[in-house]
Amino acid sequence: MSPRVTRLVLGLAAPLLALVAAFAITSLVLIIAGDPVGGVWSTILQVPAERNMANIINNATVLYLSGLAVAVGFRMNLFNIGVDGQYRVAAFTAAVVAGEAWLPGYLNTALAIVCAMAVGAAWAGIAGVLRATRGVSEVISTIMLNFIATGLVAYLLRKVAVREAGSNEIGTKQIPEGSRIPSIPFSDNPAISLYGFLVIAAFFGFLFWFVLNKTRFGFDLRATGQSTTAAVASGINVTRMTIGALLISGAIAGLVGLPILFGDAYAYGSTFQSGLGFAGIAIALLGRNHPIGIAVGALLFAFLDEQSNPLQIIIGVSPDIVAITQGVIVLTVVISYEVVRRYGVRLEQRHVAAALEKHDPAGPASPTDSTTKGVSA
Amino acid sequence: MSDKVGVIVPDAKAAPKKPRRKLSVGWVLIGLAVALFLLSVLRVVTGADDLTSSGTIAATLIATMPIMLAGLGGLWSERAGVVNIGLEGMMILGTWGAGYFGYHYGAWAAVVGAILMGMLGGLIHAIATVIFGVDHIISGVAINIIALGAVQYLASLTFVGLPGGGQTQSPKIPDVPTLTIGPLSDGLKDIEDQGTFLVSDLASVLRALVTNLSSLVLISLLLLVVTYYVLWRTSFGLRLRSVGESPAAAESLGVKVLRYKFAAVLISGGLAGLAGGFLAMVASSNYRDGQTGGRGYIGLAAMIFGNWRPGGLLGGSALFGYTETLGLRQGGTSVHALLLAIAVLALAFGVWQVRKGEAVAGAVVVGLGALLGALYLSIDEVPGDFTRMTPYVITLLVLAFASQRLRMPAADGQIYRKGSAG
Repeated sequence: MSPRVTRLVLGLAAPLLALVAAFAITSLVLIIAGDPVGGVWSTILQVPAERNMANIINNATVLYLSGLAVAVGFRMNLFNIGVDGQYRVAAFTAAVVAGEAWLPGYLNTALAIVCAMAVGAAWAGIAGVLRATRGVSEVISTIMLNFIATGLVAYLLRKVAVREAGSNEIGTKQIPEGSRIPSIPFSDNPAISLYGFLVIAAFFGFLFWFVLNKTRFGFDLRATGQSTTAAVASGINVTRMTIGALLISGAIAGLVGLPILFGDAYAYGSTFQSGLGFAGIAIALLGRNHPIGIAVGALLFAFLDEQSNPLQIIIGVSPDIVAITQGVIVLTVVISYEVVRRYGVRLEQRHVAAALEKHDPAGPASPTDSTTKGVSA
Repeated sequence: MSDKVGVIVPDAKAAPKKPRRKLSVGWVLIGLAVALFLLSVLRVVTGADDLTSSGTIAATLIATMPIMLAGLGGLWSERAGVVNIGLEGMMILGTWGAGYFGYHYGAWAAVVGAILMGMLGGLIHAIATVIFGVDHIISGVAINIIALGAVQYLASLTFVGLPGGGQTQSPKIPDVPTLTIGPLSDGLKDIEDQGTFLVSDLASVLRALVTNLSSLVLISLLLLVVTYYVLWRTSFGLRLRSVGESPAAAESLGVKVLRYKFAAVLISGGLAGLAGGFLAMVASSNYRDGQTGGRGYIGLAAMIFGNWRPGGLLGGSALFGYTETLGLRQGGTSVHALLLAIAVLALAFGVWQVRKGEAVAGAVVVGLGALLGALYLSIDEVPGDFTRMTPYVITLLVLAFASQRLRMPAADGQIYRKGSAG
């Protein structure tokens, strides 16, 4: 095989290996627990109906943004575990701004989106400043900020909330009709449609790719992620990059709740969906921090979530089983990439050894030692 | 650096250079005494009597232990060079283990079950990080996701249909024995009720220690001492720490690096599992969904705050346990009083910094202190949503001020592959 083909095969082998392993482990759990393995998989793996398909794409849109937000940090070796808090603070802000409707129509929408991004960035920026100036691990600080966000939003929500008639739920004011983002029709049934925010999410995916791969800032960011010392040596201001990366990550995190807000809920209430940030971590890992990979990961997670919903009704198995699958996928993905990488290195060594022998049969017997160091370092 | 030398000459060289390190636990006791004195002053000044009531102290003790146990778990694995952000997940597994084994086989089985479930989480972490070289934080995050899903799945599998059990909670678990010294407790109550400065505060602390003291609290404190002894006074502990400081050097001296890391992460998981069991058995009386509430992360923060030492870890956990307790006990007035204390401390610290020549940092801190002081004067009570935030805000503040003085194990978080010694 030519090296190009080999690399492609190896690249595809890793995620496949991971999926197979994750499914096997989940099946093992089901067998030990005495639940019907075949029934679970046949329910999950059936072809989704049109309505489910729309749900999957909509949820994937939300998860995609969350994955992108985490991936920006990952590219610089920063673990933004705080997407959860950032998107809730931001979505709340957007709901308040859009609900007040200071500007007409879509200007109002744009203002709300900008505010959400600014607030998300600021919330992540706290962790960035603490990390850059005080050396506080962003892992711990973003987790603490998640809890603080929960309390803060609960408090502010009670301050600004309006009670819906005949309901115990409280929420912000409804976003006016003219500022909602229109949905994309998906089938003949007008009730089944996609979030219009999908387009914005795709645009940010492109922007992510462009900024990271085609601009100097992106290069600096990746360089800092791969080696801080090398980055410093080449004149990159690491303090500024750290804060910058977390600000961008937070700004994207600020978008996570918006597809739901502008396409479905139209207000931020006490039941607004939570926990989207943690799924983003898994999805970013699954997608190897690449915008297309993240899209695949988001679709996979949304697929598993949607398809496991009827498990309880049909065969009496708790749908939480897919949470195990999702968590295991994260581990198996990372492990299988490592296993495949080690295999690839060995393959390359054999290639090099064979090539050297052909050129110089009497030459040094073991060139492998130096190649090992060179490739794996 | 002394640790690396210590692989050959145990502690002999390190001791005279840093005599303070030996007093670590002693320093914490002094620190706790100073804290009690300050709180006593604060109580008299502000009249917030709940600050040092025996009820608060007893609740603090119960709130502190799970955080401390989680922190101990973090200490074991990080001393061996493995970052363990999966503590939270291992705790979650522990809560279910306590619920399941406690209901079916009794109180002590619950303790063992919690530890074993935690160790199961530790096993996954050890396999992923030590054998496959997965990034420690990624593995930890994955374990947290898996544990949460697994426990919800297991709960609906094992607790639905049992009396008092359901998808989100287990039936009641039997309790471990508690310790009460009746006459002493009553006598101390009288002293506490007098409200005398410092004397009554001390009495309420002692009273909390002799009234309904759970045996799990004693076991937890014992584990802290055992951890200190094993890690710093035995050759096993010395080797384990050498693995966290410089695995290549350790391996070249014949230490089985991977085996030590593996053992450390397993013990770490067991301690985190026990922390979860403690939550289910002592802090509550059954397994509940979402019971851990981020305490695994706080435990990790307490360990960092404690500079990867058992004594400091205890101090950090007590700080978080105390603020958490104030938040839960309708702490509007108590947290309000605490604001004053933080404002005064910040002002003092800021002035000290300015005099040391760090004008900008000092000015920021003074400004912060003044702001808090103004806040204290402008409101009478802190709203409930904010009191519940207290432990998290304190964690952030403490880390912001302490992080730069800390030194983590030199090879913490690094992936080591066998044979890297060359």
